Amino acid sequence: MVQLTLPKNSRMTVGKTWPKPAGATNVRKFQIYRWNPDDGKNPQVDTYFVDMDTCGPMVLDALIKIKNEIDPTLTFRRSCREGICGSCAMNIDGRNTLACIFGMDEIKGDVKIYPLPHMPVIKDLIPDLTHFYAQHASIMPWLETKTNRPAKEWRQSIEDRKKLDGLYECVMCASCSTSCPSYWWNGDKYLGPAALLHAYRWIIDSRDEATGERLDALEDPFKLYRCHTIMNCAKTCPKGLNPAEAISHIKKMMLERVV
Amino acid sequence: MSEAKRVERPLSPHLQIYRWHIPMLTSILTRVTGHALVAGVLLAVAWLLSATISDEAFETMNGIVTCWFGDLVFTGTAWAVWYHLLAGLRHLYYDAGKGLDIPTAEKLGWGVIIGSVVMTVLTILVV
Repeated sequence: MVQLTLPKNSRMTVGKTWPKPAGATNVRKFQIYRWNPDDGKNPQVDTYFVDMDTCGPMVLDALIKIKNEIDPTLTFRRSCREGICGSCAMNIDGRNTLACIFGMDEIKGDVKIYPLPHMPVIKDLIPDLTHFYAQHASIMPWLETKTNRPAKEWRQSIEDRKKLDGLYECVMCASCSTSCPSYWWNGDKYLGPAALLHAYRWIIDSRDEATGERLDALEDPFKLYRCHTIMNCAKTCPKGLNPAEAISHIKKMMLERVV
Repeated sequence: MSEAKRVERPLSPHLQIYRWHIPMLTSILTRVTGHALVAGVLLAVAWLLSATISDEAFETMNGIVTCWFGDLVFTGTAWAVWYHLLAGLRHLYYDAGKGLDIPTAEKLGWGVIIGSVVMTVLTILVV
């Protein structure tokens, strides 16, 4: 359901302003969403000041610096710090991206950081992705075959392998799905751009033998057709992929098989 | 999830914090113009209907339609028609699987905005 405003318990208040680092000349202001499940309060936006002369170039560098030097309670997910694990996806400067590969030089003014939009918050910048992962699992993200297993491997021509480019690179960071207004309003039933991009990745895999079943599973008013080509997914993807295009290909295949 | 005490989790902010961009703006405007057109159509229907009822009814409605308020609604309607039409054409193009890369989508978005304004001005000049 479309609900433009936030529920009462989710409305943000102005939080704590943490002291500026002593002796720093090149200071940048960070505004970061905080929510602690243990104190019973509404979410708040805390203000931090980071000495940019002693900080790495990426947003994640600043977050780690804040956690190390200013406020150890600041909570966020991170792992690989090179855009391949997808853990540190969050809303930075109004768009969803990976903190580890988003440079602070790309941001004008203060750095504003929120969790991925329209998700239940576990703590601070950590959203609950349980439902998102369940939707991914529902599209059967594996090679489904019916013929006997070949002696060596399932072969694929160079041309057919090329069809997977722009799809297999997805790291499941959830930036796209949580940027999508359709997913915000109907995320319980609409699969969202990430799961649909993965669905297409297996639909067009030349080795897969369940194409019909995969398309059947998506023939539903919500799962696929809630995509209204808003394009937030492609605009925000930190890996430069285009889920909107993948979804459009699925819609075309749906049409082609009935005409 | 087995939590010792059930915590009412907040919903993270969405529209409140998301940065608007051309494809997103032009997408929602398609829906907004579609709905707003109903207002224009209602006024036009009321105008025509009043002519079938009585001279006085027509005089009243004609007064409303030709005053600044009527001008405003019908100018808005003219723009909404053009916008909705151009955005619809863009959707047809999208549905053919074309124009879905971000630079093209952004150009198409600007095209729809500028095109609708130009066509509205032309419509007003011609009519």
